[in-house]
Amino acid sequence: MRLGTVHQVAVHVFKESVRDRVLYSAVLFAGLLMAASFLIGQLSAGQDLKIIKDLGLAAISLFGVFIAIFIGIGLVSKEVDKRSIYALLAKPVTRQELIAGKFAGLALTLAVNIAIMSAVFFVVLTYHHWTAVDAVRRGWEAPAVDPRLLVAVFLIYLQLLIVTALALFFSTFTSPLLAAAFTLGVWVAGHFSADLKAFDEIVEAPAASALGRILYYVLPDFSAFDVKSAVVHGQHVAAGLVGLNVLYAAAVIGVLLIAAALIFSRRDFK
Amino acid sequence: MVIRTEALTKDFTTGFAARRPSRALDALTIDVRPGEIFGLLGPNGAGKTTTLKLLLQLLFPTSGTAEILGRPAGDVDARRRLGYLPEHPYFYEYLTAEELLDYFGRLFGIEPAARRRRASALLDDVGIGAERRLPLRKLSKGLLQRVGLAQAMLNEPELLILDEPMSGLDPIGRRDVRNLIARLHGEGRTILFSSHILTDAEALCSRVAILAKGRLAAAGPLRELLSEQVRGWEILVRGLDDAGRAALSARGLPAALLPGGLSQILLPASSRPEPVIADLAASGASLVSASPQVETLEDVFLRRIAAAGETAPGDLA
Repeated sequence: MRLGTVHQVAVHVFKESVRDRVLYSAVLFAGLLMAASFLIGQLSAGQDLKIIKDLGLAAISLFGVFIAIFIGIGLVSKEVDKRSIYALLAKPVTRQELIAGKFAGLALTLAVNIAIMSAVFFVVLTYHHWTAVDAVRRGWEAPAVDPRLLVAVFLIYLQLLIVTALALFFSTFTSPLLAAAFTLGVWVAGHFSADLKAFDEIVEAPAASALGRILYYVLPDFSAFDVKSAVVHGQHVAAGLVGLNVLYAAAVIGVLLIAAALIFSRRDFK
Repeated sequence: MVIRTEALTKDFTTGFAARRPSRALDALTIDVRPGEIFGLLGPNGAGKTTTLKLLLQLLFPTSGTAEILGRPAGDVDARRRLGYLPEHPYFYEYLTAEELLDYFGRLFGIEPAARRRRASALLDDVGIGAERRLPLRKLSKGLLQRVGLAQAMLNEPELLILDEPMSGLDPIGRRDVRNLIARLHGEGRTILFSSHILTDAEALCSRVAILAKGRLAAAGPLRELLSEQVRGWEILVRGLDDAGRAALSARGLPAALLPGGLSQILLPASSRPEPVIADLAASGASLVSASPQVETLEDVFLRRIAAAGETAPGDLA
């Protein structure tokens, strides 16, 4: 695989996303967060900072998942549906390079999008820090502008990369609608990974219990990436946990991209 | 050989519940030689596009082999040396023609300065003016076809594979593309193109293959496929009166009336035209033309397609 080709495809995907106004979602995020922050500041004294942090992180995650799924499934299927893939695959680009480039391009788009949303998030938090009186500040469990929030954002980004790889994987062999449904389903189910593991404690049927266990091992465990509540309450996130999550995400993404490339490399374009 | 296929076969499956195989291409064996213009002809659904896609590995063969520029179909190094125009080309609608060529130029690893220079010259060549800075979604079908030709020539390819290159073009566009293909051929490039417009093939090709229902119906040099034997004569005269007409009828040669006061007399190949022309002149008619009737590519095409229709494989189930 030639990295230069992967890079060119990735830059192209990023350019396409920018022109498709994907980054406008960050502007929408900014508007919503500022409006919500203003309202929350009016309604609940003391707890407002935690609510804003919760809301900000949840919104970054949701906006990111929306982009990862809906842009991710279109990366391959749009090329095929609109037939632009014919001219592209006649160029010196392997199908594996195309998959890798598409993934890298959306990863770059998500990184820029999350960077903008995080910047807006921190501007709102800074505003709260400046406008809060000392007595209120002393009641906070963690400072308003808390660098630990960046750890939570980074782990959200890792989740989004897995969601992107899932969307890309499903879109190599099924229709965009089904690919979106499968990806969304895996994302939701992946947040209940611990419950799947303990499925045998709440069901009696051995088959259901076995299915729960299989799903636990097959589905990506997104709950492992969720440190939002810990960070909002000012708790420390161990570097080891972050490192393990990085390795886990890399492994899951690797498996998904290899599977996607294998399926895509044998696909006919009628 | 620039291209060689050996018993190249492609089946597609149709139907959802009961999947049936349908043969789109059946044991196609052809070769394309260096420096020639090779026409892949056939009616819609004959297997032309399937063949080109198999050569580019956009499709995988059910059986048989395809080689392109001495490498197996789909080889990345071979793709560096070829250009491809898909049928009804469609490109990224948010890019301009200049940006599209720049993106593809990057994939070929062409240096930035050369990329800009080449893109500009190619867009000039195919007649794209100020439209080169418009998003591709705003271009007409004909202009997209021209952009498609430009991108196919970006890497100065040894081999051009053009799927219906005249499709969507107006008469001026078709003439321009014909001239362009002839010029590229003059530069020593090999060109394989598919078409169902026979006059284009007749004007350009040194050899052709005719496909019908996925099977090779005929292949070879044009001059061999087209019989040069005279099949008859057409004589056109003006001012043929009733007496002259009756005299011709008596010899078993009815004269058909054409617009503009012209009369057409068709002679079989076994008759010589000179005595008839002399008689016509004696009856006061003036000769407009006397032309030998030779077989056209259309005649060959229709004859071969009709013959192949009786033996085509169709559905395999």
